[in-house]
Amino acid sequence: MCGTCGCGSEENGPKILTPTIGKENHDHDHGGHHTHGHSHDHDHTHGHHHHHQNGHHHHHHDHSHDHDHHHKTVLEVERDILQQNEIMAARNRGYFDAKDVFALNLVSSPGSGKTSLLERTLKDMKDKIPFYVIEGDQQTLNDANRIAALDVPVIQINTGKGCHLESDMIHDAVKKLNIANNSVLMIENVGNLVCPSMFNLGEHKRIVIVSTTEGDDKPIKYPDMFHTSDICIINKIDLAPYLDTNIEELKKNALQVNPNLVFFEVSATKGTGMEQWYDWLKENLKLIPENQ
Amino acid sequence: MHELSVAMGIVKIAEDETKKAKAKKVTLIELEIGKLAGIEFESLDFVWPAAVKNTVLESAERKIDVKDGLGKCADCDSVFEIHHFYDSCPNCGSNLKGIIQGKELRVKALEVV
Repeated sequence: MCGTCGCGSEENGPKILTPTIGKENHDHDHGGHHTHGHSHDHDHTHGHHHHHQNGHHHHHHDHSHDHDHHHKTVLEVERDILQQNEIMAARNRGYFDAKDVFALNLVSSPGSGKTSLLERTLKDMKDKIPFYVIEGDQQTLNDANRIAALDVPVIQINTGKGCHLESDMIHDAVKKLNIANNSVLMIENVGNLVCPSMFNLGEHKRIVIVSTTEGDDKPIKYPDMFHTSDICIINKIDLAPYLDTNIEELKKNALQVNPNLVFFEVSATKGTGMEQWYDWLKENLKLIPENQ
Repeated sequence: MHELSVAMGIVKIAEDETKKAKAKKVTLIELEIGKLAGIEFESLDFVWPAAVKNTVLESAERKIDVKDGLGKCADCDSVFEIHHFYDSCPNCGSNLKGIIQGKELRVKALEVV
């Protein structure tokens, strides 16, 4: 939606990467999905009922009898506001499923170490698992360049003024990525612990990353994100001895928001705890079809 | 500020439906928004004039039906009011719950002319 994403911003990638995603592409054809089978009674009195089906309308009021009152019609719309995003997310998901692509949406505040975690994971695992990456940031190609340096295919999405990725951006990015079957797609969302929580991208799992430097009450201060995530990676555990953050307390708070969260405690820069995370990745990759 | 995206989504729905009904503009829009839907109502108010400018919604009255959060405990089946996602069951203290109301984010009806 261009109201926020600042689309069309000229952030073209200089090299391999073409992060010119999310251009004027807002009139998605939603393939006639639109069936509302209710009938509308009009409050004027020429007495025929209009049955609207499949967006088909017989609504000719060109006959000229007098309406002495205002012609107001109430449309019982009942449409989800994020429906457009959900439809595109479902399309993305279908694409991922058909190709056995395991799609992960990485969310966190800025600076919690999403990119570092990603870099480490790619470095250690890229020989075993084919990875693809979509980087979301407001500006710059910096993150995409960090990933590209590891020889992993990456597309950068610059959202401009936007604070989150939406499913249509992923749809466009994925087309450019040309993902091979049986691989893992890592989507690094815009660093923001609020807005991305509302926008399903079609991912299989949402992974929230929180670092020990952020304090142990982060999950209850920003509950929406923890509520919608499946996995919680606690990063920078090597710094914990120098901080007041209590990791057990952090986990307790997170579980209070979402009792189903699965935790990994890691230090992406030191490599601590990464094995468990890799095991999870390998295990779940195998399970994709049943893992929905 | 995802409320702007949300407002743009509302505008899109209103434009679509108004066009389909061959109407000119919307005089009243009824929204249903849950308290757990992640919407800051003040932010929505703030972005609204900018979002609806030059659209069918420009002069529409806006009514919001705000839904309280309701959860159902997965352990003892109690239904209780939720103000935060981390509220636990007042009956048994469990954190396991289903949200049964409060995540609504929907355009309910439009009155068009």
